[in-house]
Amino acid sequence: MLLSGFFGIPYEFRWNVLWEAPHYTWIIDGLWMTLRISAISWIFAVLLGIIFGALRTVPFRPLRALATAYVEFFRNVPLLVWLFFWYFGAPEVLPEPIRQWFIHHGMEFWSAVAGISVYHGARMSEVIRAGIQSIPKTQLEAGLSSGLSVSQTYRLIVIPIALRLIVPPVTNESLNLLKNSSLAMTIGVGELTFATRQIETYTAKAFEAFTAGTLIYLALCLSIAYIMNRVERKFAIPGLIARAERAEH
Amino acid sequence: MNFDFGIIISNAKFVLLQGLLGIGIFAGGTLRLAIPAILGGFCLGVILGLARLARRPWIHYPAAVYIEFIRGIPLVMVIFWFWFLVPVFLRRPVPEYWVALTAFVCFEGAYIGEIVRAGIQSVARGQVDAATATGLGYLQMMWSVILPQAIRNMIPSLVTQFIVLFKDTSLASIIGMMDLTKAAQTVTARELRPFEMYIFIAVVYWIFTYSMSRFSQWLEIRMSPEKAAS
Repeated sequence: MLLSGFFGIPYEFRWNVLWEAPHYTWIIDGLWMTLRISAISWIFAVLLGIIFGALRTVPFRPLRALATAYVEFFRNVPLLVWLFFWYFGAPEVLPEPIRQWFIHHGMEFWSAVAGISVYHGARMSEVIRAGIQSIPKTQLEAGLSSGLSVSQTYRLIVIPIALRLIVPPVTNESLNLLKNSSLAMTIGVGELTFATRQIETYTAKAFEAFTAGTLIYLALCLSIAYIMNRVERKFAIPGLIARAERAEH
Repeated sequence: MNFDFGIIISNAKFVLLQGLLGIGIFAGGTLRLAIPAILGGFCLGVILGLARLARRPWIHYPAAVYIEFIRGIPLVMVIFWFWFLVPVFLRRPVPEYWVALTAFVCFEGAYIGEIVRAGIQSVARGQVDAATATGLGYLQMMWSVILPQAIRNMIPSLVTQFIVLFKDTSLASIIGMMDLTKAAQTVTARELRPFEMYIFIAVVYWIFTYSMSRFSQWLEIRMSPEKAAS
């Protein structure tokens, strides 16, 4: 498709820069990197979220204070600052051999994973804490008094309900993580946004390059949201949990 | 590893005056960007939220598409789009500050629009009927009946979004605007003390965001008498 401008502004569209070699390989590699970095960070973020989210609800004050300190400090500082910290600052305090190992094994990748997982772990633990606290204690008591054992009550009643409550906000937070992985470009990780910027730099075709990046992100986010929405509806307990209007960001 | 936290003191004037407040030779500053962006984003958000609730499809659909589109892409992408498009449309170079401000208003407007919509929908339907029955027009009803109640419900999510926006302004440093993050980068390039410097600006960001979140908790309790009593 060749148009000679938009809104009366001279601009020559050249969409084929996107599927010329080597540009399309940059996009594919970038997309793969975005998916990889998001998946690995997501696993760590969920683990941190479960640990600290649960710790924030235990009846032991020092543990609760530790978890609160982690959450409040890490989620209240911009992710970009954390990425710079983990990439430029933190390696300085590592012992030399470990630092050398990281330098030779993709330090920008692991710094980005550390930054994204610690930041989103803090946000995730807030989501999980809210989920745990929203289950009334009477559920547990009712299960126990009807003769179920503690593990049965958790397995058959508490956890199935908790998962349904937690899934929508966790989906939302996971999409935020996916979108935030684009910040990794600032420390030199070759993910999708990095690839579109690279195409723009090499070809000076900003409109085409950004369109490609935008559409890929849009397709990823909308399809994940659609799938999770279907999952949520399939497992909804009729009449028990009113489906939330739409979880907030 | 030996730390030298003295570099924080010796560079504090540059980082805080130039980076945080935007006083100095560079146009920018985290607060100078965040405050107009919050105000502009809120105005756009109210318009988008009301538009999405409108019954006329030609108002409703464009707002819905805009909100879903913006929410589906990363902020970095939006900033790059504006960085590229704003000078093309105005046919002259535009300072990074104005590019960043437009990008933030347009981006946050979509998120705030969703909060406004949810807030309005949380007002009981009977209020609309009652306002209509007393003969109020649409604007009168919105202004004096629905919005005052809706805003009370929205406040916690709104403040959360303002905190997110405040943190997001650090992304303006990617296109070279001199904010807190960029100031720290500049100092780091000279002093080679990234650890101390990034911890310092993390604390500065934290002071602002944490006090905003405490303020929102206080406001929430103050505005709902049933919670203050308990």
